[in-house]
Formats: sequence, structure tokens, C-alpha cells
Amino acid sequence: MELKIRNLRKDYGNFPALNGVNLDIRSGELIALLGPSGSGKTTLLRAIAGLESPDGGQIFFGDNDASRQSVQHRHVGFVFQHYALFRHMKVLDNIAFGMRHGQGPKQSEAVIRKRVLELLDLVQLNGLEGRYPAQLSGGQRQRVALARALAIEPKVLLLDEPFGALDAQVRKGLRRWLRQIHEETGHTTVFVTHDQEEAMELSDRVAVLHKGDLQQVGTPDEIYDSPATPFVYAFIGDSTSLPVTITNGAATFEGAPLSVGRVDPPDGPGRIHIRPQDVTLVAAGQGVVDGRIIGLRRSGPYRRADIAVGQHAHRIEALLPPELDVSIGDQFGLAFKRYAAFADDREPPKLGLAREKQAA
Amino acid sequence: MPADATLAAAPSLGTSAPIQLPSPIAESRGARIALIALAVAFLGFFLLLPLVAVFVEAFRKGVEAYFESFDDPDTLSAIWLTVVVAAIAVPLNVVFGLAASWAIAKFEFKGKSFLLSLIDLPFSVSPVVSGMCYVLLFGAQGVFGPWLAKHDLQIIFALPGLVLATIFVTFPFVARELIPLMQEQGTSEEEAALSLGAGGFRTFWSVTLPNVRWALLYGVLLCNARAMGEFGAVSVVSGHLRGLTNTIPLQVEILYNDYNFVAAFAVASVLAGLGLVTLAIKSGLEWRYGDQISSAHRH
Amino acid sequence: MPQFRTPSAIPGFGLTYGFVWLYLSIIILIPLGAVVLWASSLGPERLYAILTRSDTFAALRLSFSLSLLAAAVNAVFGLIVAWVLTRYSFPGKRLLDASVDLPFALPTAVAGIALTAIYAPNGWIGSLFAPGSLWASVFGPLKIAYTPLGIFVALVFIGLPFVVRTLQPVLIDLDKELEEASATLGARRPTTLFRVVFPTLFPALLTGFALAFARAVGEYGSVIFIAGNIPGVSEIAPLLIITRLEQFDYAGATAIATAMLALSFAILLLVNVTEAWSRKRLGHAR
Repeated sequence: MELKIRNLRKDYGNFPALNGVNLDIRSGELIALLGPSGSGKTTLLRAIAGLESPDGGQIFFGDNDASRQSVQHRHVGFVFQHYALFRHMKVLDNIAFGMRHGQGPKQSEAVIRKRVLELLDLVQLNGLEGRYPAQLSGGQRQRVALARALAIEPKVLLLDEPFGALDAQVRKGLRRWLRQIHEETGHTTVFVTHDQEEAMELSDRVAVLHKGDLQQVGTPDEIYDSPATPFVYAFIGDSTSLPVTITNGAATFEGAPLSVGRVDPPDGPGRIHIRPQDVTLVAAGQGVVDGRIIGLRRSGPYRRADIAVGQHAHRIEALLPPELDVSIGDQFGLAFKRYAAFADDREPPKLGLAREKQAA
Repeated sequence: MPADATLAAAPSLGTSAPIQLPSPIAESRGARIALIALAVAFLGFFLLLPLVAVFVEAFRKGVEAYFESFDDPDTLSAIWLTVVVAAIAVPLNVVFGLAASWAIAKFEFKGKSFLLSLIDLPFSVSPVVSGMCYVLLFGAQGVFGPWLAKHDLQIIFALPGLVLATIFVTFPFVARELIPLMQEQGTSEEEAALSLGAGGFRTFWSVTLPNVRWALLYGVLLCNARAMGEFGAVSVVSGHLRGLTNTIPLQVEILYNDYNFVAAFAVASVLAGLGLVTLAIKSGLEWRYGDQISSAHRH
Repeated sequence: MPQFRTPSAIPGFGLTYGFVWLYLSIIILIPLGAVVLWASSLGPERLYAILTRSDTFAALRLSFSLSLLAAAVNAVFGLIVAWVLTRYSFPGKRLLDASVDLPFALPTAVAGIALTAIYAPNGWIGSLFAPGSLWASVFGPLKIAYTPLGIFVALVFIGLPFVVRTLQPVLIDLDKELEEASATLGARRPTTLFRVVFPTLFPALLTGFALAFARAVGEYGSVIFIAGNIPGVSEIAPLLIITRLEQFDYAGATAIATAMLALSFAILLLVNVTEAWSRKRLGHAR
């Protein structure tokens, strides 16, 4: 099922949770809604399900305007962050709930039971149909929740922070497994996450949201390699930046022209963003700009260097191979393998805030 | 904001009217109104009407008749007796409540939950049975009856019996307000005070007590209201001697059975007023100091 | 060897622990022990003989059946009241919430005479059903006060707060995601309420029911005025205890008290066992 979201708006008081969002979701794709807490990603997911009523805009399921359909009639499979399993029901009754009490055609108990057992097989929980949710582990509960959502043959599968409540070890395993299930069943799947690694690893495409605005939609490669906005650049992966002035597609830093190529943004103040792994050290005067190493620390397989650039000692971060012989105080030229230039945003991306990993 | 090509190609639609879907987790408007009406009617008929009736009946023959009801020496001595009984019973239960909460909340020992259920026991015993216990012990045919008679001591049909029965029925009030709160607060503040050189009593007085003062007040209020209003238990041990062993609720019964309805309801209105004041202070405490009373009362 | 008490730097355990047991023994344990002593000295045969005497048996049956009925009505209306107070907002809600505590706040004797005044044949509500009323001309007159129906009204009055106050915190903590999950699976609101919400509330509802029942069985003050106290018809068990004591028939009083205590404790025990079982199986927080 293909989804079209048009101009979707939702305000909480004066605070816009969704600011006219447009998004097309292709049939059968696995798409992540990624953003920090308060970005509107969960509101968007709940609006698709019909759990929130938007203040404006439309949602199409195929060619069918679903905006005015109640949640009961939308036929979406929704997996909640805390599973929301019915604890007074056995696993079998949980999974069968939608088939027994939903709006779909009535089925015989034998058919329902057969379908439940198939689903349990799919989520690899064979033999657990007689258990109560309290008798299952967190990962098992999440799988029961997924099976329950799949049982109603949903038009679209929606998952809200599906792995948010699980510990790191279990998350990794379930991620791979969810991808596998998606390939087997082929449902159009939308999931919400604040974890960029999860979004990048799991999805076909990623939609990045910030303060109710859709910032960029694209494959993980596109999002990482060609961020469309400074926010995306700052939110996905590490980066540092230099303030520049742009005139006719040429950038100058503290009065001196920067030897980077033509940049797109219009004339005026701008910023050049660079990821640490895209910075290489060359002899002084040979790079884009000169800098002095002011800090060095080990970071996994790399050495992370803080480099002060220009009169105001702007900090640029570089990832260096550990065998490279450098020490604090050394002067170098910096070459940028890759960079991005943006006009200065009215609101500069706040790195610290944007990266905060809180549950939405 | 720039976005990808799919979006640029999307037809731009004007802002449509707000969509009001019914909330998926609320009842329909009609059901909601019906349920509220049902709740209001039920509470109104069953709970509020009796309260109104007390005051209407008390003033049925006018304000003068109302105040004349208190001219009766038996009524005045019943009020005095009630105050005396409460003045003995409440402080004793406060001391017990503080001791029990200190022992239970600040220490770990075996049999704690058993002790807790023993403290709650009086709540599950009928007031009449509570009074009966003391009759079986101290009554004329009771275990200690003959011995008491020989030494000319009277417990049943006298003040000591009234006090004992009142203590019994109000036994858990203070303790069960303090114990959960003190358990929640833990022992770190007391340990800090002790490590700074304060003595045990000093620590209790200036660290523990201020932390539980609102819960203590709450418990004392409930304890006092019940002590002054108790009927069943004191009815058994009182003997109904007019002007001697009648508390206010017993005096209400006597006036009522004498068909002196205005006086009965006038005296009852004093107790109802006490109950209302208690309820008002209690609601105020819950609203203002809810977090400092106990987790059980947080709304 | 396991210790009785975990060591602690805090003083005062011996003093307070000792005082608690002393006070508990004097006020509660020894007096209740006296009841047990009297009852055991009767022996099972005499106990049985006393309890099956027609007036005693009738009083016990009346007390227990009306208490069950009142607790059941309170379970239904208490659920509605608790639901309305936690889920909806409307003017006067605060006052309504406070008024739930009225049966706790009003002394039982006061409630008793007030209820009698209202439900007596010339009272505000009683007159609506008395001879000559519209009701009487259609269905025949209905006497509320001085009949078992009056006792039932009084028992509903004193039991309601137990159900409401037990349910309220559970309703506040109820996870809204459960109801949303049910809706996304296609269940209509009534289905969600009956299949998902009420079963989740059941343990708390059972507790509230049991507390209301236990209170109703032992209730005296609010009942005796409205009951009429006709032996065999509207005489409740607690009143019979007092009557026996006044006749110095301690054995008779003890026997009735024992039956009341035993049945109340059996019901409370049943509830505790059910709760523990459901907690273990369903992982309820409370």
C-alpha cells in the first residue's frame, strides 16, 4: 500500500508538532522517521494511524483519503514502544484479538488459531501461545506485539520506537530480524526512532524531522553523504564547521579566500561543514586553511584531534590514523575530502541538543 | 525547507479544514454525558442528600429551637465526655503511630508484614465486636469481672471502657498514614544527622518529625474524627447512663429514640460539622501537600 | 544463621519495637484473644446449636446477603464514579471527588438518622414511594425505611468510598497505550472497555468489593435506625450481638461474632489469594 501525506499540520497549543508535512511512502518500503525528541516524528506516525487527529492536511492510503477514517477502520498495524500487550490474555488471545474483535470479516476459531500459529512461527515464538505476557522476556513481548499487529493483515505497519525499551544486545539482534520479516511479508512499514544508527542500518529510506518540519527524505547514503540542510548535517554523524562569507559562489574565511570549489548558497554569511573523517593533514600552506593542534585523544581505532583555525581559534575536529606522528602545538594545513556549504541558518543547529538521545 | 524530488513534484493543496476524529480512547459525547449524570445523581442521592437532611432537620423548628437543644445538661456532659475520651485516645494512638512507623520504616526485621497486618486488623473487625471484646474481659461475667467487682473497679459502663473501645477502633489511623511515607523517605537523612553527631532523640525530633508533619496532621485529623464520632463500639461498653457515660453519638441516639428529633439532629449537626471540617482540611492537605502525605493519596 | 534484624546505625529499635508489641497486645491481641477463648470454650456443637437457632440464623443470613448485594451495587456504581472522576473533566468535579469521602467523614449514627429521615414514609425520598404517591398508584406502595430495603440503602451508603478509592489510583496509572492498541486492532470502544479495560481493573475492583463487603457486614450505627429491627425480618447480626450482651448471654454474642469474623476473614483471604495469584500470573504492579 502506497501512502501520501499532504500538508499535514498538528498544533499543541502554540507549539507546532507538524508544520505542513508532505511525504510519499512507496509501497513495500521500510522507511524510518528520524529526529530528536519533540521533532514531531511520533505525532506523524500516530496521525497516520488515526490515533491523533490532525489540524489540517490529508493522508492517502493508495488513492483513498483516509483522513476522516477512524482508527478502527484504517487497518493499520501499530506496534507500541512499550508493547501494550493485554496482560490478562495469553499470547494466542493477544494475537487473535484483532481477528476476533476487529472490523474485518468474521473468521472461524479454527482459521484464527491456524493463523496465530503461522504468525508465531514467523516471529520465531513457536510453542509460546499458552504463555501470559508477564512470562515473556522483553524481546519476546516485542515479537508478540508485532505478530498481533500483523494478524489483521494491515495496509501499513507502523512501529513507534520499536526497540526503545530493550537493551543494546537485544536491539541489534531484533533489528536484523525485523528487516528479515519485512522482506518476507513485504508490508509497507514506517518506524519511528531517535537512533540514527538504527535508522540508517534498517531502512530503505530515512525521513529526517526537526521541529515539525520534514528536513530531508532519502536513502541512508543520500542522507549521510548529501545532507540537504545544516540540521541534517549536524544531526547525522559528527561534524564541525567554519563560518564563511559567500560572494558569487566563492567562500572567504576571515578575509582570505578558501580554496574550495564553487559553493551553492546565496551571497552572505554561510558555514562550511566538515566531518572529522574527511579532514586530512598536509603541510602548512598546502591545504584549504591552516590550523594548530590543541588537543589529542584516542577514540576507538582512530585518534581524534582538535584543531584551532584562524584568529578566533574555531575548532575543527579530525580523525587521524593513530600511527601518524603528531603532537599538540604542531601546525598543519587542512585538506577537506568532502564538505558542505550552507547559508547561515537563522537558528544555527545546536549540536548538543540535536544529538541528545532521549526517548521521544 | 528543501526536500527531495518526490516532494517537489507533489501537487500543492490548500489547507483543508481541521479534521475532528473522535478520540480513539474516549467514549462518545452522549455516553460521557450520561455517565457523568449517572455519577452525579448517584452521589447526590446517596451521599449528599443525607448531609443536607441533617441540617434541614436540625433547623426545622427555627434557629432558636436549634440552640435550645444545647441547653440540656445531659447533652453538655455528653460533649464534655466525648472531648475527654478523644483527648486520651488520640494522643495515645499518636505515640503508638510514631513508635510503630519508626520501628517498621527505619529497620529491617523478620515478620514485618505480619506486624503490619496486625496493625490493620481493627479495620476488619466490626465495631460492635471490638466493644464486645472488652465486655468479655471486664464485664460482670467477663474474665476479670469478679476480680474487678471485688476491688470495686469499673471499666465497662465507665470512662476506661469508652477510652479502650475508642482506642481500638482508631488504632491504625496514625500508623498507616506514617508508615508508607517514612518507608518511602528511607533512612539516609537520619544517618546523615547521626553521622554529624546528633543523638537518636534529637535526630527524630529535628529530622524525622518535620519530614512527616503533614502526614501526622492528616492521621491525627482522621483519628480524632473517628474517635469523636464512633458509635458501635462505645455503644456496647457505655451502658447508656444519661449524663454519665453517653458520648455525643450516643446522646443523638437517645434523643432520637425519645422522638426529640430537632435536638437529635441539632446535636448530630455538630458531629456533621466536625466531619465536614475534617474533610475540608483533609482535601486541602491532599491538594497542597499531596506529595508530603503519602503516595497513596496522590491524585 | 539468618538474623532477626538487619544491623543498622539508627537507634531506638528495641524501645519502639517493644512498645509496639506491648500496646498492640493490650489493646488488640488480648481482647480479641478473649473472643477466641470464649468461642473455643463453647465447642463446635454448642456453636452450631447457637448459630442455627432461627433468630440468629436469620440475622446472619440477612447481614451477609444484604452486604453482598450492597457491595455488588457499589462495585458497579463505584466503577462508574471512579471512571467519571479520573477520565472526564466537568465543573464541580473537585467537589464531587471530595464528597465521595462523606461516608468516612460523617459519624455512622449521624448518617443513620439522616438516612432514616430521608427514606421514612414521610421523608424526601420515602414519600415518593409511600401510599398515595404516583409510584404507589402504579406499582403499589413501597416501604424503604424499617425494612431490609432500608438496610440495603444504608450499606450502599457506607460502602461506596471503598470501591471508588481503591479504583482511582489504578485508573490513573492505567496505560492508555492498551486502549489505543485495541483501537488500532479494530475494536470498537465498548469492546475495548469490556475486553481490555475492565479485565485489567478486575483485581482492584475485587479488592474494593471485598472491603465494602467486610465493612457492611460489621456496620451498626448507620443501619440500626433505618432497619426497624424486627426480629427475623430486619434484625442485623451486630444488633443481635448487643442484644445478647445486654442479656448477659456472652456465649451467644461470642458465637455470632465468631461467625461474622470467620466469614469476613474467609472472604478477605479469598481476595488476597486471588490477588496474589493474578499478580503472579499477570504481572500486575498492584
